[in-house]
Amino acid sequence: MKKTLAILLALALAMATLLAGCGSEDEGGETTGETALKVGYIFIGAINDGGFTQSMYEGAKAADEHFGDQMDFLYVENINDGDTSASTDAAVNLIDQGCNVIVGCSYGYMDALEALANSGDYDDVTFLHFSGNKMNDTNFDNWFGSMEQARYLTGMAAAAVAEEGVVGYVAAHPYTEVQIGINAFTLGAQAVNPDIEVKVVYIGTWGDAEIEKTAAEQLIDAGAEVVCYHADSTATQIAAAEAGDVYAIGWNYPQNDCGDLYLTAAYWNTENYFIPTFQAIMDGTWKPESHYGTMATGLIAIDEISDAVPADIKAQIESVKAEMEAGTFDVFKGPIYYNDGTVLCEEGQVLDRAGIWSITKEVKGVTATSN
Amino acid sequence: MTAFLASCVVAGIPLLFATVGELLTEKAGNLNLGVEGMMLMGAVLGFITACNTSNPYFTILAAVLAGAGCALLYAFITVTLRANQTVTGLTLTIFGTGLSKFLGQNYLGSGVPENVSSFFAKSAIPVLGDIPFVGDIFFRQDKFTYIAYIVCIIAAVYMYRTRTGLNLKAVGENTSAADASGINVNLYKYVHILVGGALCGLGGAYLSIIRIPIWQEDVVNGRGWIAVALVIFVAWNPIKAFFGAILFGGLSIMGMKLQVLGLDFSQYLFDMIPYVATIIIVIFSTHKKRKESQPPQDLGNNYFREER
Repeated sequence: MKKTLAILLALALAMATLLAGCGSEDEGGETTGETALKVGYIFIGAINDGGFTQSMYEGAKAADEHFGDQMDFLYVENINDGDTSASTDAAVNLIDQGCNVIVGCSYGYMDALEALANSGDYDDVTFLHFSGNKMNDTNFDNWFGSMEQARYLTGMAAAAVAEEGVVGYVAAHPYTEVQIGINAFTLGAQAVNPDIEVKVVYIGTWGDAEIEKTAAEQLIDAGAEVVCYHADSTATQIAAAEAGDVYAIGWNYPQNDCGDLYLTAAYWNTENYFIPTFQAIMDGTWKPESHYGTMATGLIAIDEISDAVPADIKAQIESVKAEMEAGTFDVFKGPIYYNDGTVLCEEGQVLDRAGIWSITKEVKGVTATSN
Repeated sequence: MTAFLASCVVAGIPLLFATVGELLTEKAGNLNLGVEGMMLMGAVLGFITACNTSNPYFTILAAVLAGAGCALLYAFITVTLRANQTVTGLTLTIFGTGLSKFLGQNYLGSGVPENVSSFFAKSAIPVLGDIPFVGDIFFRQDKFTYIAYIVCIIAAVYMYRTRTGLNLKAVGENTSAADASGINVNLYKYVHILVGGALCGLGGAYLSIIRIPIWQEDVVNGRGWIAVALVIFVAWNPIKAFFGAILFGGLSIMGMKLQVLGLDFSQYLFDMIPYVATIIIVIFSTHKKRKESQPPQDLGNNYFREER
């Protein structure tokens, strides 16, 4: 009797776990018969996370509204991108529900999407992968953006309010994407205050709110007047709010968790990628490419700048932003030196995309220990 | 320096709650590996209650009940039904992690109401808070931290200075002897597993209510496992647990502090130390066979009177 009960209970527990795990599989738009385009999104987090996944989801929604009856969309949340078989299952599941475009919104989905795209079974499905570096000639490509532009502008805003010239930066890993952001941010800050010091702490994780907050607190304790972050949560903003007199700059999604101390945010305005891309797919003009969105295409954006930033600097930021939108401004323009004295970019040289993505160190003006 | 040590205390508090909780559970002879799950359940239900009632007392109560509720499930399965403790504990962790995400789904991004955060806000204890250095580190913290101190002291007095505490030790060391001497073994196990779970729930709520007052999935992020290691590290002693928790908490932020100071240290290295230290302690204590630092002898064994 007891044994049966034990087995039943164990089963119930297992079932509940399964249910809790799968509970997040949701349907987005309403299914109304045949539509030209049915897009399936695979998200790493939850759509209301106030960060990366939300910026993807808002773009998905905006695209859906833009196309109206011509498109539908479905999405799955919380798909672990380290788990290739779960990623594959998620994609296949979406295709089985009629999706003919799959958008994978995290680096780790790359291998799963590549295998499906090249399998021959899904030639009529288009796979758009965020942040990857693989593609094929027919139905699989990748997209990313020049976040360095937005970082540059937020750096200018930070320097404008940092009276003592100390800014803190909570960074995930000493990895190229993160370092590009740090460097661009620092160059922007230096454009306003050449003596600015950007203190970086690498926390060794993409997302652990408690650790992120502690890192921000350590930076504030070390004199940071503005804190900025490249990590998943808004914990850095919470630390600024609790300190009471430290400004914060958001990231990924324009989410304000520190009230008046929120300066602006560097974020992904994904609708500006989704809408033209889906249009091209519908028109049959879409070709696989390694898409690199910019401030000019609108994928890269900054939130409205707070009034804490003096009007003259604000005007300066706006003018640089206008140049970026016109495509006439280069963030990495020589001479730029790494903080160990070596040269990143010669006088007169401008880094192209490949050059930017081979950055492995922090520039002069950054205090960081990357190892 | 003082500010850094004060942050070490803050980082150690969730570990302290969970460690004392797990320690009491293990003293009753039950190894509950569900710490992580119970902490997450405490975190999520504490948070949801705070959002819906704006009442700090209900918030604490909800966290306690969430932890104790999970522990009750564990106790029923392992004590009454005598299922394998390790497996049940592990399942509880997976269960709690999943369910906390599920329950918290609609709360992502929402914040703890103002009056709850201000109720627990940092405040100095009169007199103690004015002691130079020590006061700044220990007695200018939030109210949750003071609850942790009190819990720790009560646990120590209870375990070493009361008759029931001695009985508890007997239950963990030699369950059948304890049973023969007239101790209600199952009652002891149930009570201590439940209290242990409740403390884990509080540890989780500390993270979701005080530290990150905006709901985040998986806010506990492995701290439950550090607590399990910490119980071994401090040799089942609640006073040592106090210092051990602050030490391990400090290690988790040490790398960052050194980076701010401009020293070339990786956080990865420090994240590893708690586990390495625990392994070393285990090797040494096993080798030296010091009685006080051994696990309770009947730890992990389910007790069935008829099988004696």
